[in-house]
Amino acid sequence: MSASRDTAQPNVASTLTEPGIEALPVVPLRHPWTWVASALALLIAAAVLSSVATNPAFEWPVVAEYMLDDQILLGLSRTLELTIAAMLMGLVLGTVLALMRLSQNLLLSTLSWLYVWVFRSVPVLVQLIFWYNFGALYPRIVLRIPFGPVLFSAGTNSVITPLTAALAGLGLAQAAYTAEVIRAGILSVPRGQTRAAKALGMHPTTIFVRIIFPQAMRVIIPPVGNEVISMVKNTSLVSVIALAELLYTAQLIYSRTYETIPLLIVASLWYLIIVSILSAGQHFLERHYHHHT
Amino acid sequence: MTEPMVRIRGVVKRFGGREVLRGIDLDVAAGSVMCIIGPSGSGKSTLLSCINHLERIDAGRIWVGGELVGYREHKGRLYELPERQVARMRQKVGMVFQQFNLFPHMTAMQNITEAPMRVKRLPASAARQRAIQLLERVGLASKHAQYPAQLSGGEQQRVAIARALAMDPQLMLFDEPTSALDPELVGEVLAVMQDLARSGMTMVVVTHELAFAREVGDALTFMDDGLVVERGDPRVVLSAPREPRTREFLSRVL
Repeated sequence: MSASRDTAQPNVASTLTEPGIEALPVVPLRHPWTWVASALALLIAAAVLSSVATNPAFEWPVVAEYMLDDQILLGLSRTLELTIAAMLMGLVLGTVLALMRLSQNLLLSTLSWLYVWVFRSVPVLVQLIFWYNFGALYPRIVLRIPFGPVLFSAGTNSVITPLTAALAGLGLAQAAYTAEVIRAGILSVPRGQTRAAKALGMHPTTIFVRIIFPQAMRVIIPPVGNEVISMVKNTSLVSVIALAELLYTAQLIYSRTYETIPLLIVASLWYLIIVSILSAGQHFLERHYHHHT
Repeated sequence: MTEPMVRIRGVVKRFGGREVLRGIDLDVAAGSVMCIIGPSGSGKSTLLSCINHLERIDAGRIWVGGELVGYREHKGRLYELPERQVARMRQKVGMVFQQFNLFPHMTAMQNITEAPMRVKRLPASAARQRAIQLLERVGLASKHAQYPAQLSGGEQQRVAIARALAMDPQLMLFDEPTSALDPELVGEVLAVMQDLARSGMTMVVVTHELAFAREVGDALTFMDDGLVVERGDPRVVLSAPREPRTREFLSRVL
């Protein structure tokens, strides 16, 4: 035991003067099973790759043909617009919900808790279908001052288009998730920061904007980055309410041409590209915000 | 007799059901240094936080510079002031914390200029000029571009003192300013505080540094269990305490 520990550091051992202890060459431990596992993994990868390359059902020429198709690109831009709009809605409403939840006022914090509870518990897919069928619940949408004049009135089906239903479904659900992230971020800032800012005579709004929020951002950004990436993928749920984003566009084409697999591959490749770009962006953003800590 | 800078009368503070302050009376004369000592949990830090209304008091009244803190008296009632007006009062009172509480996302310079620019609406150039003077005063002129994480504890606390001074306060509160410091860094912070005391600043210092209290303090208060047990000239209280509880505390810490 002690001999092997000495040989682990031959330089040290050689400086020792004690007789009988001389520098011996070190033989690192071999890991033969790692090599077996690697070979096996390589074999499986090669098999998958050759089948993907040679199986004609993948129809790679069709994939190449549709990759930059106008319709597909339109669907792609619709996916990106939906991601940005729903995410912005989630961030703004989520910040309001987080501040409500942190408020001293019991009514405000309970309302916020209820919102988060409902919108996080019901699957987004169900919420989307629900918003799409909102007209069955309220045939007309009327905005009026209670007991006062009507400010706005319209048939629900003219207001709730697939686009507004998609925005409501994705954005309102996102707000519930974002609210929790922002709340955790605000709570992560030590209480001493608020005390120090108050002691300097700063107003509550200034304290939030200048002191609390910038520090909360460090905690908020990584999970929000993940949420943006999830949102890109979640927009594909909107295909069930016939909004022509990337997936539904692909579906529209293959229902006509029966080239199902190649068009699903086109959609998948685009999701892969967007998510990769966003992941790289997130990496740089995180590095930026961690600079001074 | 002139109006004391800080006047504390009958102050009671409860956390939950527990009375942390049980009726405190205390005066701090303008231009003097009042040191408060006492065992941990005696309420001395809480009392300090009540002076600039970081903690709300449950009974009694506190005046700073003759102005009632946190409330407005009208027809025999006390009306709580809105946060905006409390903030105006706090501008006159600087505070230094045990854990420094510098803003970690700002440089030393930005830490000092932030409040003068946002609260007093001082132009950036004037705020920076003043900050450089203050950094020189605490011996850190060369560190203006450093972030708090790049500074030692002693340097952070000196920046924190400069930050408080940038608002030109009439009164400075120190809440165990050297308790979180490595022993070899305590001296540099105490030296800055001593220099400040010499310049005539009114100071209330909660501390465990009895040598500082003896040499720099004009008055000493010993607190225990939410009450002022003994007060007087620091040299007298520290060498010949009247109260048995003071004697017991001093025998444990000396």
